[in-house]
Amino acid sequence: MSEVIKVGMADLKVCLSPNSITTLGLGSCVGIAIRDPNTKIGGLAHVMLPDSTAIRQNSNIYKFADTGIVELVRLMELEGAKRSRMVAKIAGGAQMFAFQNKTDLVRVGERNVEASKAMLKKLGIPILAADTGENYGRTVIFYPETGDYVIRAVGKPERTI
Amino acid sequence: MSDITLDSMSEQYFDVLKELGNIGAGNATTALAQMLQCKVDMKVPQVKLLGFNEVGELMGGEEQIMAGIYLCVEGDITGSIMFLLEKKSAGHLVSKLMGMEVSEDNFGDIELSALKEIGNIITGAYLNSLSSLTNLTIYPSVPDLTIDMAGAILSVPAIEFGTLGDKILLIQTQFTDDYDLDGYFILVPDLESYERILSALGIG
Repeated sequence: MSEVIKVGMADLKVCLSPNSITTLGLGSCVGIAIRDPNTKIGGLAHVMLPDSTAIRQNSNIYKFADTGIVELVRLMELEGAKRSRMVAKIAGGAQMFAFQNKTDLVRVGERNVEASKAMLKKLGIPILAADTGENYGRTVIFYPETGDYVIRAVGKPERTI
Repeated sequence: MSDITLDSMSEQYFDVLKELGNIGAGNATTALAQMLQCKVDMKVPQVKLLGFNEVGELMGGEEQIMAGIYLCVEGDITGSIMFLLEKKSAGHLVSKLMGMEVSEDNFGDIELSALKEIGNIITGAYLNSLSSLTNLTIYPSVPDLTIDMAGAILSVPAIEFGTLGDKILLIQTQFTDDYDLDGYFILVPDLESYERILSALGIG
């Protein structure tokens, strides 16, 4: 029997095939799914903020795109995944509310996506697909067996990237 | 820069916020009763400091469909305020306001606009009481409304709290007319504003 592993907000976990891994209700946060296709070792990080160096309260490394992705890759490597084979898919980073004055905090979804892409690039992990931005929440399920990243949103058909 | 973190908040400070929440929610209830022209009761609000993942659970899971009204505040204190209620409760309030049965699965522009107005009045009443208690000037922005999964809506204040720590401060209020509805206020002042609120009240 395969299990569905749940990842909370500011959280990350490794997932071994045939299990799948999910995070519910991504808003401006970004869900980064990484997979080593050879070993079928996967992982999912649900990050909230782009940059750990910009904030003093940064002890929770799971919360930030930069430190969260590095930690997820490290944990996957401990399980036997190889970084050189890893590929990624990302989703989320919505702007849930529209405002006239676009402060940095309002644009945080967009900045989370940018920071996630930058960190993956730095680690040499290619992004195969992305479903980001817009103004709605997303629930995601990632299958390390196939690499399918299923995205659900309210009032929209389910899609797989 | 301030050294306040939410995790290290004192008992006294928590009591102050609870009292502010109580009075604010009381005013919001009165405003709601006037708007709907009926009697609305309120239970004593509960102030909770929760981990990011506990908030979704409190509201019935991260995928629970909620209506969220969010606005920025400026003036002597800066930050934002959010009011959340379940979509079903939102449908109930909109039906009451419009004097006709509205299905919450069938919100059109007029219904959304009515809901935005309800949110505006509730958050406005809340901010008014905060302003008159502290003698601080608070200007709310035009509110924006979204209906989506609780987790997605909550990500917005969670991210703002995320710059301070790993918890969210939330005020849960239960309103009752002929129907119980749970409403949640989330006030996110920035760090300097926290201090300003406290010193305006003669604490800290």
